[in-house]
Amino acid sequence: MATQTKTVKPQEGAGTRFWNWLTETQVWTSVFRHDRPDTDRNRVLVMLSNIFLHLHPVRIRKSGVKLRYTWCMGGMSFFLFLSLTFTGLLLMFYYRPTLEYAYNDIVGLREHVPLGIMREMHRWGAHAMVITVWLHMFRVFMTGSYKPPREFNWSVGVIMLVLTLLLSFTGYLLPWDQLAIWAITVGSNMARATPFLGNEGPGAALLTLGDVRLIHAGDDARFALLGGTFVGEGALLRFYVLHCVGLPLAIAVLMAVHFWRVRKDGGISGPM
Amino acid sequence: MADETKPPTPPGIAPPGAATPVAPAAPAAKAVTPAPATPATPAAHAPAVPARPAAPAVPAANLAGKTTTPAAVAAKVSSRDPDDTSPLVTRRVWLAMAWGAFSAGSAVALAATGRFMFPNVLNEPPQQFKVGVPGDFGMGVDERYKESNGVWIVRTADDIVQHASGFYVLSTTCTHLGCTPNYLSAEGKFKCPCHGSGFRVTGINFEGPAPRPLERVRVALAEDGQILVDKSRKFQFELGQWIDPDSFLQIA
Repeated sequence: MATQTKTVKPQEGAGTRFWNWLTETQVWTSVFRHDRPDTDRNRVLVMLSNIFLHLHPVRIRKSGVKLRYTWCMGGMSFFLFLSLTFTGLLLMFYYRPTLEYAYNDIVGLREHVPLGIMREMHRWGAHAMVITVWLHMFRVFMTGSYKPPREFNWSVGVIMLVLTLLLSFTGYLLPWDQLAIWAITVGSNMARATPFLGNEGPGAALLTLGDVRLIHAGDDARFALLGGTFVGEGALLRFYVLHCVGLPLAIAVLMAVHFWRVRKDGGISGPM
Repeated sequence: MADETKPPTPPGIAPPGAATPVAPAAPAAKAVTPAPATPATPAAHAPAVPARPAAPAVPAANLAGKTTTPAAVAAKVSSRDPDDTSPLVTRRVWLAMAWGAFSAGSAVALAATGRFMFPNVLNEPPQQFKVGVPGDFGMGVDERYKESNGVWIVRTADDIVQHASGFYVLSTTCTHLGCTPNYLSAEGKFKCPCHGSGFRVTGINFEGPAPRPLERVRVALAEDGQILVDKSRKFQFELGQWIDPDSFLQIA
């Protein structure tokens, strides 16, 4: 009794006939260029014929899907980046980066724009991404995954860590409240001390033409960052453009390199 | 009883609870030998079963006693023995619930995004507004409310439709493609800069591509004696709507 198997004969009902017709249309066959993924070959074809899925390897180690090993922190960082990109795009529909409107638009996003949670999702997602990026780095370090041949990807990751922090920093100014303005004032003052390029930095006094200083408050690194000598209109617009376009583009390119490099270096590193 | 309702547990995928009682005895998680991790497996079967149970050896009937639908899961949770550590759901049910939750969440997010695009508050001029008392206006076209509210307020001694003296209010939207015409006082006409449509002071079109006269909007006298303009009601000449008393404010 326990060894009996029941075979179900396929029936040509209306649903089956519709399915057969649908999967033979030109639209369907141009989108799905493989049969059902019920054989190894078809499973490979599913991955290879889809731009999004092809980022994944066809096969991975068991440790690659083990939460205890990877913590999924790289994946979480990427997910948070996507959700931040999406919510950020939506916020751009209601936010104007000028002295006249910036603060009121942020208040409006909370008070009367539909779904006041949108800005909170962006804000808390940003905090979470900083945390997950650090934890990802910590995991990679603790598992020794920075060692050759992965040292190149480690370096790419370090640059992306800096970009993540810069995204966080530039986004911090945009609400244009007291917290934002003074935080960026304090933060950007650090640029004064840039070696050679900051007007209070070591070596800047050496760069002179006769007795005229080449690096001063009106042309140093801090000036370039703020687009002025204090945190004002120029800084707000500059940080907005960097936050919404410049830095996301840079980090997206590096992410593509990062993921590609993971594959080329033999997939997610395994336990020692 | 346990032998009939439970399929031989594959060594690689021990049920979550099964390993727990053994943990103190075998703390080394790296142990590859399947024997300690599968206490429920009949000893006779343990060596024979390969990494994946062979298909004929596990008949479909073995799903009996397992939860195969979300409803069955709910029933099992309520009637479950607290010491029962068998898997709560089959893989199929778990996947169905996971995809269902993901799809529902995505649908909600999509709907919320759509809603987000429709603001609750507009920074636009109101549709109804007061423009001052009739004595503020001389005869002819008044352009004070063109920039801010998009209307010309015209005072006439004898309207072509109403045959009375008073006020009508013209929308500044050209009836050709929606540009804003200029009022040329010397020629007594509205001239659209986009494609050259021309309108008389009455609003009637007489040159250029505009297919119909400018629209008039509702005008009335408010309780405080000011002229009230209401752009939410339009009156079109070609539909005979300029006869409507709401489209004209009679002032002797």
